[in-house]
Amino acid sequence: MNHNIDAVIALSAVLFGLGVLGVLTRKNAITIFMSIELMLNSVNLSLVAFSRLHNDITGQMLVIFVMAIAAAEVAVGLAIVISIFRNRQTADVTEINLLRW
Amino acid sequence: MEVAIFWLLAVIIIASAAATVFSKNIIYSAFSLLFSFLGVAGIYAMLSADFLAVTQIMVYVGGILTLILFGVMLTNRITMMSLKTDVFNFIPGLTIAAVMLAGLLYVIWVTGTWASDSPAAWDTTVETIGTLTITRFLLPFEVVAILLLIAVVGASFIARKDKQKIQS
Repeated sequence: MNHNIDAVIALSAVLFGLGVLGVLTRKNAITIFMSIELMLNSVNLSLVAFSRLHNDITGQMLVIFVMAIAAAEVAVGLAIVISIFRNRQTADVTEINLLRW
Repeated sequence: MEVAIFWLLAVIIIASAAATVFSKNIIYSAFSLLFSFLGVAGIYAMLSADFLAVTQIMVYVGGILTLILFGVMLTNRITMMSLKTDVFNFIPGLTIAAVMLAGLLYVIWVTGTWASDSPAAWDTTVETIGTLTITRFLLPFEVVAILLLIAVVGASFIARKDKQKIQS
């Protein structure tokens, strides 16, 4: 595994691109959450790869904090989506226009 | 051997991430996200981050994916509405994502190979991570703990039903 750190970084870039595509093109809010999780995973992957490359454990500490923030984000975000679904009967982001004037 | 395992995991991750993004059925999306998370945990194990591999499986597969599945169940009336979801703005979104991916890959390409010094593999990272958590990263650790508490309280406050609606 020593000689393809750059392959791991390229894998993480592809994963990030797929996540961006999902956030930009999907209509369902839950699918957008899944794409955000994909992007967070790709960033974690590159952090672990750089931590391995520089033989420094600080990158792995950062990954632990990113995981904690991701858990908090998905809990609050899903609560908002469920609350909106209860009021509007939809999870489609093109029909949620409460803040539009 | 390690290279073959790495490429196998990479193919699994990319294929299941693509299935997550492109699948019309949201249940299929959630379950292919599971394989993507497991593949990333495998790559962590290959990069000698054993603690993070286990944490990835516990937090993402055991926690976040379960939450997302609950969200799917609660926001799709399975008997009344189909689970299919649509795609919109596909061409502009694809353009933006492709340009960004090309930029990232170009930067990776021009930077060249990083891993020429090939550091030795770690035995286990658990002891180091535990020591760092209570010494150098103590303040961020406490702040994240408080943030998680606030997130739990806020999420349960937002997601609960209104008192008036329950009474009426």
